Amino acid sequence: MAAQAKDVQALKAKHTLLKEYAYTPRPVLRGYNMRTLYINVDTLEIREKPVTDEMRNKFVGGKGFDLKLLWDAVNENTRWDSPENEICIATGPIGGNTNYPGSGKSIVTTISPQTAIPIDCNVGGHFGPYLKFSGFDALEIQGKAGQDVIVFIDGNLSKIQLFTAPDEAVDSHILAHQLHEMFAANEREKQHVSVVSAGSGAEHSWIGCLNFSYWDKRRKAVRLKQAGRGGTGSVLRNKRIKALVVKYSGLTGKSNQPVDLETLQKTGLKLHREVIALDDKQCKMRSIGTAHLVEIMNDYDLLPVKNFRYGQHPEAVKLASWIWKDFFTQNMPDGCWFGCTMSCAHAVDDFELKTGPYKGQKVIVDGPEYETAAGCGSNPAIFDPRAVIEINFYCDTYGVDTISFGTMTAFIMDCYENGILNRERTGGLEITWGNWEATLEMLHQIGRGEGFGLIAGKGIQYMQEYFVKNFGADAQFLQDIGMQGKGLEQSEYMSKESLAQQGGYYLTNKGPQHDEAWLIFMDMVNNMIPTFEKKAEALHYFPMFRTWFGLQGLCKLPWNDVEPADNAKHDEPNKVPEHVDNYLAIYKAITGEELDRAGLIRQSERVYNFQRVFNIRMGKGLRANDIPPNRALGPVTEEEYESRAERYDKALKEKQNIDPAGKSTAEKLKLLLAYRQQQYEGLVDAVYKRRGWSRNGVPTVEHLKTIGMDLPEVLATVKKHL
Amino acid sequence: MKKKLKTSSEKCIGCEKCMMVCSKLYFKKEEPMLSAIRVQAGAAGNDAGFTLSVCDQCQRCVQECPVLALTVSKQGVVMLNKSLCINCLACVAACPSGVMRLHRDVLTPFKCIACDACVKECPADALEIVNEEI
Repeated sequence: MAAQAKDVQALKAKHTLLKEYAYTPRPVLRGYNMRTLYINVDTLEIREKPVTDEMRNKFVGGKGFDLKLLWDAVNENTRWDSPENEICIATGPIGGNTNYPGSGKSIVTTISPQTAIPIDCNVGGHFGPYLKFSGFDALEIQGKAGQDVIVFIDGNLSKIQLFTAPDEAVDSHILAHQLHEMFAANEREKQHVSVVSAGSGAEHSWIGCLNFSYWDKRRKAVRLKQAGRGGTGSVLRNKRIKALVVKYSGLTGKSNQPVDLETLQKTGLKLHREVIALDDKQCKMRSIGTAHLVEIMNDYDLLPVKNFRYGQHPEAVKLASWIWKDFFTQNMPDGCWFGCTMSCAHAVDDFELKTGPYKGQKVIVDGPEYETAAGCGSNPAIFDPRAVIEINFYCDTYGVDTISFGTMTAFIMDCYENGILNRERTGGLEITWGNWEATLEMLHQIGRGEGFGLIAGKGIQYMQEYFVKNFGADAQFLQDIGMQGKGLEQSEYMSKESLAQQGGYYLTNKGPQHDEAWLIFMDMVNNMIPTFEKKAEALHYFPMFRTWFGLQGLCKLPWNDVEPADNAKHDEPNKVPEHVDNYLAIYKAITGEELDRAGLIRQSERVYNFQRVFNIRMGKGLRANDIPPNRALGPVTEEEYESRAERYDKALKEKQNIDPAGKSTAEKLKLLLAYRQQQYEGLVDAVYKRRGWSRNGVPTVEHLKTIGMDLPEVLATVKKHL
Repeated sequence: MKKKLKTSSEKCIGCEKCMMVCSKLYFKKEEPMLSAIRVQAGAAGNDAGFTLSVCDQCQRCVQECPVLALTVSKQGVVMLNKSLCINCLACVAACPSGVMRLHRDVLTPFKCIACDACVKECPADALEIVNEEI
């Protein structure tokens, strides 16, 4: 400990204070502070901005506030590395309460290097709530610093400092530890610090993520949760920011100053009890977390294998939940925010690394969660849990998104098998199915900023163009097998047999991430939404409902990863109606405002449509941008078709009235794909209609007026396209 | 070893003195709902009797606390450090006996710490402090 203190003093000695700003403390009232914080790391301007009633009414908080601030900061030509691009971080009015599980989320937005439109990530850790209780509902960071800097928000002393940080580490597992040590006056205060950082991989790639820290009191160690998607970490490092740090020591169950603490406590207690009583019989989030899904997805042919060719593999059992349970330290309150009894943020302790710059060291690995187990495991056919854990660790500390890394690694392996890549073209890396050593070396190259890693780290969309241009690859084939939409890599579920999930992925605002809608079981397994209209209704309701989590600072998991024992008896059990009512109750208990189910959806509709219009403003929010790669719709190679020939032959017969007998696989493949493309277009029409959009995917003026999002700048944008 | 308040419901006469002394000692007022021990009319199989409920120091709540505000003393008593508590109530939910208490006037949960104040006041010898092997 003494040595660490000395190290921290040496780091601090190299700091140069660039700017200090004092502000007037103001306690949060009914979930809001009603001001935001602007910091420009180039001009050193630091400014408080009031939250107007209109901003609050239209944008609610969280992602809504982020997008409003980001819209005002950028223009049509802004790119991810433009100085005016911002990183915005906010929780929401419900965020930071300690009573209801899953109430500590921060939402990050920025213009993405991968998609060139706003990306949004919902992340755990303590930063967002501490930021709010320090005095600000949202933070916007603009400009590009001339040297590495750290921003420190001291919520106890109501002071903001911006200083140079030449000697701190870049990789998150070291940097976050250094900064918790640096800004906590004693052991007890470490819990009051939270750090946002990226890593060396984020510096050299477009798939950089942000790590949001929290102090794990039992482990006496820093834990990291990732704002994974779309390159948020790449933007942070492009701005030469090493870290954002907040410190706040006064957290209690009343920090939001709710109007009705008793209802908040009662509703929280009800869910705590439900989680504790039922979780072990339901999703096992408390012992395994989302990784419990691996064998379920494998059983239903939904686990991505070999770049989404297949949904199942005999070796998937090596990545099954019971394997992870043995790796995860059990019986820890692993919540990423206080009071989350769902406690799904599990960790592998004392994991000894076999490769890379930290080889031989024993580290804590946050995860793997399902997306990492599937993305960095089954998808590239790496059925070695230790290899997956090591990839997980290095992705996190380098600030690299495990989903994009996993999906793009599977794409690279597919290209390797198909002769588009070889050892010469990869600089000696034999990136073949299951080769975890080569995969890790590629990841280390991203960390070091060298070799093939520099190409790979820019993601699938970049590689598609690069391989066509430089290696003469077949553009259509790469289009077929490159699992990305709008430039973002698809997350880790097979959508081939679920039309609704194809929409759930590709009719999204930010790109194919499952956080808007996960409809595979409703659609494919239970056949509950057989018509275009029913699928469209689901693709309206669920994205809107789930957007609300991001407005409020909530996690999605306690909504439906535990369900009341009698949930099945209710109408529309997929909506988990009792839990929806819980949210309405705690919203009123904190803010004092009545909200019904329709009002909840309306809050989300405003922000969702605003984000769609934002995409259009940035040149990427129209129908042409909502088209999936063919492999998301069905098989694209004869090998894939033949692997499930019975299923596809049956589909030809029953759905297309085509007799497959006597037809070649190539002919059948073509017919099947054409039908599925047509079906997808039919879905798009139905969804756009339900969402109040034109056939080109543009929110209509009438719809914007109906939902109350007819702001002048919004109307001006859509009118150019209607 | 764990030190705990052992109750004998069958001896209880329902005078509620234990509740009064407990709430008076820790909250400075005689308010039954602010007592860590509770007397309830009616016992299983005996409608005329009373049931006493109080923490038996099982430590289940300790495991659930995210901020280590709950610890176990050398005598085996579960103690709550109010200055560390962030009022999440996970301990209240985790308690298998429903004896981690909550009251609308108090932000922090409270529980029996086997102090023996109620034992001294009980006129029916229904309460005693014992040391149990774990």
